[in-house]
Amino acid sequence: MYSFDLDRPVTLEAALAALKAEDAQPLGGGQTLIPALKQRLAAPSRLVSLAAIPDLCGIDLEGETLTIGAATPHAMVAGQAGAYPALAALAGGIGDPAVRNRGTIGGSLANNDPSACYPAAVLGSGAVICTNIREIAADDFFEGMFATALEDGEIIIRVRFPVPQAACYRKFDHPASRFALAGAFVARFPGSVRVAITGVSEEGVFRWSEAEAALSARFAPDALEGVSLPPEGMIEDLHGSSAYRAHLAGVMTRRAVAAMV
Amino acid sequence: MTEVSMTVNGKAVSGQVEGRTLLVQFLRETLGLTGTHVGCDTSQCGTCVIHVNGKAVKSCTIFAQEADGAQITTIEGMANPDGSLSPIQKAFQDYHGLQCGFCTPGMVMSAAALLAENPTPTEAEIRAYLSGNLCRCTGYHNIVRAILAASGQGVAAE
Ligand SMILES: Cc1cc2nc3c(=O)[nH]c(=O)nc-3n(C[C@H](O)[C@H](O)[C@H](O)COP(=O)(O)OP(=O)(O)OC[C@H]3O[C@@H](n4cnc5c(N)ncnc54)[C@H](O)[C@@H]3O)c2cc1C
Ligand code: FES
Ligand code: FES
Repeated sequence: MYSFDLDRPVTLEAALAALKAEDAQPLGGGQTLIPALKQRLAAPSRLVSLAAIPDLCGIDLEGETLTIGAATPHAMVAGQAGAYPALAALAGGIGDPAVRNRGTIGGSLANNDPSACYPAAVLGSGAVICTNIREIAADDFFEGMFATALEDGEIIIRVRFPVPQAACYRKFDHPASRFALAGAFVARFPGSVRVAITGVSEEGVFRWSEAEAALSARFAPDALEGVSLPPEGMIEDLHGSSAYRAHLAGVMTRRAVAAMV
Repeated sequence: MTEVSMTVNGKAVSGQVEGRTLLVQFLRETLGLTGTHVGCDTSQCGTCVIHVNGKAVKSCTIFAQEADGAQITTIEGMANPDGSLSPIQKAFQDYHGLQCGFCTPGMVMSAAALLAENPTPTEAEIRAYLSGNLCRCTGYHNIVRAILAASGQGVAAE
C-alpha cells in the first residue's frame, strides 16, 4: 500500500470537509477498497472513514419506504430490514459473515462491481440514491462496469427503497468468491414488474425489459418461456462463457418468480 | 504516526500506527500476538478472523486506526482463565478439527462468533457460516463435527 492519512470523523460535516483535500477518498467497510489499496490500484492521499458517523448508519421504515444509511453494514440489513424481506435476504447472502460485518451498502453501490448483489436490489426496486448534493434514481445511477453517476467528492448518504408487494433475489454463487455468477432481482409493484440482472453483462447491472414485459402481462415462471437474453455483450471468462451466463440469468429469473407465486 | 488504544483480550494496549497499518499488523508486529495468521492477505481465507466488539472481522481488511477504542478478542484470548482449552478449542482437538493448524485460529474465532449468535446451529448453518474460512487440510468435516460437539449437540460417529 502507498502511504496515506486516515480520518475517522464522527459528523457528516467533518467528513465532507476532510474529503475536500486533494486525492481524498471515502472509506466504507474497506472490503473492496483495502484489497485494491494492497494491489496499489489506488493511491489516495487521505482516506475518510464513514463508519464512525452515527447519522450514516441505520435502517428506517416510514410507510412503504425503507431508508438505509450508506455506512450500514450488510449484517445489519440482513438482521434488521425485515420490512423488506428480499432485501434482508440479499444482504445476508453477500460474501461471508466477516465481510457482512464490515461491508456497507454505500461502498457496494459506489463500487458497482458487475457481479455485486446490492446494485440488483437497487435497480430492481427502483430505489433512490441520496448523496450530499442530490437524489439520483437507480435508473440513472449505474453507468457500466465500476462506473456510477457519482461526481468527484460526492458521497452516498442513504438509499431509499420503495417496498414492493413481493420481491425475490436469486443468485448463482461463484463458488470461490460468492459474488454472483448470475443474479436476478425481481420486484412486483401494483401494475408493474421490475427485473434487474447482475453478474452477467459487460455493462454491469441492467434491467431486462423483455422479462419485465412478459411478467407484467402474466406473473408466472412459464410466462418467461421463449424469453431469453442474447450472449452478445455478456461477460466471458474462465468461470463461464457469455452464452452460459445469459442462460443462467434466465434460470435465476425463473427461480425468483417461482419463489414469489 | 497516530496513537491508537484498544482493549485486546481484556488488556488495555496502545501503540503508534500509520494510516495504512492493518489491524493484523498491529496485533502481530506491535503486540507480538502471532496467533492470528495471515493466509492470503486478499480478504479471502479467514485465517485472520478476530472479534471486534464481539463481531467476526478479517483483521487483514481493517485498519488499526478503525479499531481505536474497540474491544478485540484474538485466539490468544480464547483459552479458559487457568490456561486450559475452552470448549470450542477442546472440541477441535477431540474431533481432529485441525491438521496443520494454520487455519485453526480463524476457524475457532468464526466458530465462537457463530455460537454466540446461534448456540445450536445445524450442520448446514455451520457450513454457511464458515464460508469465508478456508482449510487446505481437513476437508471441513471434522471442523463441522467439532463445532457441533462444542455446541453440545450430538455428533454422528464416523
Ligand atoms: C470475500 C469477499 C466476498 C464478497 N462477496 C460479495 C458478494 O457475494 N456480493 C457482493 O455484492 N459483494 C461481495 N463482496 C464485496 C462487499 O460487499 C463489499 O463490502 C462492497 O463491495 C464494498 O463495500 P465497502 O463498504 O466495503 O466499501 P469500501 O471497500 O470501503 O469502498 C468501495 C468503494 O466505494 C467508495 N465508497 C465507500 N463508501 C462510499 C459512500 N458512502 N459514498 C461514495 N463512495 C463510497 C470507496 O471510496 C471505494 O471506492 C465481497 C467481498 C469480499 C472481500
Ligand atoms: S489473511 Fe485475512 S482473509 Fe486471508
Ligand atoms: S488444518 Fe491445515 S489449513 Fe486447516
